[in-house]
Amino acid sequence: MESKARCIIVGASHAAAQLGPALRQQGWTGSISMITDEYYLPYHRPPLSKDFLAGTKDLEQILIRSPDIYRKCNIGISMGATATAIDRANKQLVLDDGQRLDYDKLVLTTGARVRKIDIPGVDLNGVFYLRDLNNAQNIKKYTGADKRIVIIGGGYIGLETAAALRKQGNQVTVLEAMPRILQRVTAPEVAKFYGRIHAEEGVEIIADEQAIAITGDKKVASVQCQSGNEYPADAVIIGVGVIPNTELAAQAGLLVDNGILVDEYARTNDKDILAAGDCTSHYNPIYQRQLRLESVQNALDQATVAANTICDNLKPYSALPWFWSDQYDLKLQIAGLSQGYTNVVIRGDIKTSRSFAAFYLQDGKLLAVDAVNSPQAFMLGKKLILQNTPLDPEQLADESLPLKSLLTG
Amino acid sequence: MPTVTYIQANGNSQEFDLELGVSLMQGALDNMVDGIVAECGGSCSCATCHCYIDESWTDKVVAATDMENDLLACVSEPKDNSRLSCQIKVTDALDGLVVHLPESQF
Repeated sequence: MESKARCIIVGASHAAAQLGPALRQQGWTGSISMITDEYYLPYHRPPLSKDFLAGTKDLEQILIRSPDIYRKCNIGISMGATATAIDRANKQLVLDDGQRLDYDKLVLTTGARVRKIDIPGVDLNGVFYLRDLNNAQNIKKYTGADKRIVIIGGGYIGLETAAALRKQGNQVTVLEAMPRILQRVTAPEVAKFYGRIHAEEGVEIIADEQAIAITGDKKVASVQCQSGNEYPADAVIIGVGVIPNTELAAQAGLLVDNGILVDEYARTNDKDILAAGDCTSHYNPIYQRQLRLESVQNALDQATVAANTICDNLKPYSALPWFWSDQYDLKLQIAGLSQGYTNVVIRGDIKTSRSFAAFYLQDGKLLAVDAVNSPQAFMLGKKLILQNTPLDPEQLADESLPLKSLLTG
Repeated sequence: MPTVTYIQANGNSQEFDLELGVSLMQGALDNMVDGIVAECGGSCSCATCHCYIDESWTDKVVAATDMENDLLACVSEPKDNSRLSCQIKVTDALDGLVVHLPESQF
């Protein structure tokens, strides 16, 4: 029997694209509507700093699902609409044009937005952030063979963007304010490896270089640094992290602490409001701590949990986080979270080759693996992390010993 | 449009006409076929779109790259006909293809 229940999803990215159809698969017969302030169907975000930026994939090729599936699932999508408030007492979502939409279940998949920096000149033409499709399309207008591109921020987004733009023949310089690139997420050995590869590919990476101003007359001309150095630029791309979109939740009185707080069933402190993806903070039973993740895996898995919960099929969320980063011919796959590691074991030739794995250990137990062009180390690393037994660093490093032999049972 | 049949581990079978050039993974996602997770969206990074190509079709699909083979070596229940469905694009030559899905992607 058709239900009159209404489910509204705020946002239209990975979590939303997973959630809508998953609700149908779980037997939800009520209405489903998706509200997005963009003008696109849900698309894969990771290619924006990779294949899409490099021009090897177009919009149609990065849609998460074909337009057909939203029709088949009877999912309404309102584009160009911004949710401005949640009226919890009346169970209504308020939009910027004043519309009030009734809901029985509301799911916040509001994602994250770029962290902005406050230096003179950031409003000049030719200065960009990279988070959504419009950003990537605008960047493409300013880039091409022999254009001088300065990237502020040596994290994954900055480095992926550098690789994609270098492929097109741009002259790329990456400025990192910290003493090294990837400071927040990898061991020094891995950062050094990426530094070597970028140098080999012709990208200049400068650490300890803090941008303090962008100069230009209407259009960007250069980036000035605290050191006194100045870098001429035809375009500047800033990639210094993201902030979760929690304002809608916070204003409605939902609990927020570095992300919208949800339980293991993706529920907020209001039983009819759920949240999934980058915008949430949740407890991870594997690492036994509160996490806010910026990842596709988390968006998909948590959205599936939310769909199950809405359909009264309570299945707790417990997943090992994983991430990936493509740069040049390097496929980095990251299993787990390395924060808190006490030592790193390298398996393979990190100094001259383009393939190795870095194992992050804490008191002998494996926390995380960075696997570069080593899918087996990634796949088996996931199993070794979950196994949660002490490992011998010498055995981990010994390439003559198959990793599989370290698995018990 | 070539027809592709997906058969679940429990024997349930679904048949779809797929556009030329789409991957078997995308075809499964677009038709809400259970059993294909496809976390990475088809960039040969996650091995959550593992499938088995029906024995009678294995010589008609493109060969796996080293990267794909390495990933396949670690999926649960690998077989000789294991493939990642994101790496196989639908062509006219694959009209009638039969794809079997594993019990689990993890």
